[in-house]
Amino acid sequence: MTAGRSAAAAAAGLVLLALSVAAATALGPAGITVPEVAAVAWSRTGGPESGLSAVREGIVWELRLPRALLAAVCGAGLAVCGAVLQSLLRNPLADPFVLGVSSGASTGAVLVVVLGVGGGLLSLSTGAFAGACVSFALVLLLSRLSGGTTAKVVLSGVAVMQLFSALTSLIVYSSADAEQARSVLFWLLGSLSGARWDDVWPCAAALVAALAVFASRARELDAFAFGEDAAAALGVAVGRTRLVLLLATALLTAFLVSSAGAIGFVGLVLPHAVRALTGPGHRHVLPASALAGAVFLVWVDALSRNVFAPQDLPVGVVTSLIGVPAFMYILYRGRPSRSAGPKRRRPLDAHPRPAGPTARASAGGRR
Amino acid sequence: MSLLAHEVSWSVGGRLVVDGVSLAPAPGTTTGLLGPNGSGKSSLLRLLAGLRPADAGVVELDGVPLARVGRRTAARRIAVVEQNAATETDLTVAEVAGLGRIPHRRAWSAPSRSDEDAVERALERVGLADRAEEAWHTLSGGERQRAQIARALAQGPHELLLDEPTNHLDIAHQLDVLDLVARLEVTAVVALHDLNLAAMFCDRLLVLKDGRAVAAGTPAEVITEDLIAEVYGVRAEVEPRGPEARPSVRFLPGRPV
Repeated sequence: MTAGRSAAAAAAGLVLLALSVAAATALGPAGITVPEVAAVAWSRTGGPESGLSAVREGIVWELRLPRALLAAVCGAGLAVCGAVLQSLLRNPLADPFVLGVSSGASTGAVLVVVLGVGGGLLSLSTGAFAGACVSFALVLLLSRLSGGTTAKVVLSGVAVMQLFSALTSLIVYSSADAEQARSVLFWLLGSLSGARWDDVWPCAAALVAALAVFASRARELDAFAFGEDAAAALGVAVGRTRLVLLLATALLTAFLVSSAGAIGFVGLVLPHAVRALTGPGHRHVLPASALAGAVFLVWVDALSRNVFAPQDLPVGVVTSLIGVPAFMYILYRGRPSRSAGPKRRRPLDAHPRPAGPTARASAGGRR
Repeated sequence: MSLLAHEVSWSVGGRLVVDGVSLAPAPGTTTGLLGPNGSGKSSLLRLLAGLRPADAGVVELDGVPLARVGRRTAARRIAVVEQNAATETDLTVAEVAGLGRIPHRRAWSAPSRSDEDAVERALERVGLADRAEEAWHTLSGGERQRAQIARALAQGPHELLLDEPTNHLDIAHQLDVLDLVARLEVTAVVALHDLNLAAMFCDRLLVLKDGRAVAAGTPAEVITEDLIAEVYGVRAEVEPRGPEARPSVRFLPGRPV
């Protein structure tokens, strides 16, 4: 893909995202239109009066727009974290929660909500963020003590995840009343209900910071394809690169999880779907994952808010219900075209070469 | 312009794997590393590549200790072809070769014209130019090895380190790969098992046993019946019947007495 085409694709993706956010904000009772959403956004950022009633303007500006934007930020962040971790850990099953962040966050959240740690001064988000940081620190410590290889990072993450899940269950089982248990469960499954601007800003800032880190390391991520020694032989400072990327993904995930709970599926599957379309080069996988994750989660949250209205469904339930069939379709479609013959997409980080008679199937090739 | 190892040692888990080995290949030559399994060939190559720090001794690149040369600078000079390259990533042949341009590219920059040219030349060099768009996973073992060599050539190295590049290849591909390596204008260090191929394609040989260098020199100087008996514990007849009267080895059953 040429630089011009990449820029055009990125611009198209951003326009699609903006339209999706506007449409998702308009969607629902109260009959708000997309132009009205734009008018409210315009008036709140320095433009003239929107002309809407205070109630309708409040619905747009205080309720739906921050929710749609938080969905976009969470979708982008989770998908891009998943893409980074899958490459870094060379594990297609890696997702943003593989570093134990989500289970640590859940333990922190139940400590605040159920046991009342902090005496009412701490919010659920603060407790969740602290728990996420504690669990990630434990993962880093465990993997360092056990030799620091990629496999040890994953195993440490799994161990810490189990530990904190057990602690969460223990606290909920022993102390929570039915109402507390339900609210904790709702949060654990991932939910964007009640999102406010105060939730959007820290997550958006964390996303921007993490994206800058990932962008500066995109080349290094490509180099990990054949393992850590191969990456080192290609000039990557493996230890430092891995630590920086793990820290960035864990901190971003901690911000997202403490605002919206552990929204599953997006970080695991969207990177695979994106790679099937763009190829493996991270200069394209990272921005495409971020955009695809954002658009996907904006629409899924809009659905989860409206299908059983006025009742909210946890968005994590809907991501999987919609995403899994879509992903199975991609897996089913994606593989044969790549392994059986010349592929249709252009290579991304390699020289372009028209697929013609020269790019023939290797009949005797083995997998 | 040279890479040299001066009495390097490296141990893992309390076991001395490389024990005071020195190596100073002349620029542009091909040096073969011989020795039984576990004699330290691969470890010596990793030390030479700077992938492991030497516990004692020093590896120098143009007179500077390799540990003080930046990883990226080193990667523009030294390319490594591993024994068993494997990946989960869905890469094309051209994308694999393109990895070799990573040390030459700035962060977040698209591949430049010169990157693309280097990849194209490297693929032509190994005879994979017409397979550039095929998936790495569909290649045969020999083609994968050639794709890795193309990746290494795309790095534009002065020094090329190869760890048993003929493993799992049929005899025609073994000859192809070594012929290619010997004709490259780089300083190559190649770990090998096949004594006849080593004699045929290498300018100099270094023989390792239990991590120590036990012989070094030209193929005719190194490959003798006595050395084969001592290092490998195998009986053999060695005659100067290879190309350019290089030694040719015929193995015999039974243990040497």
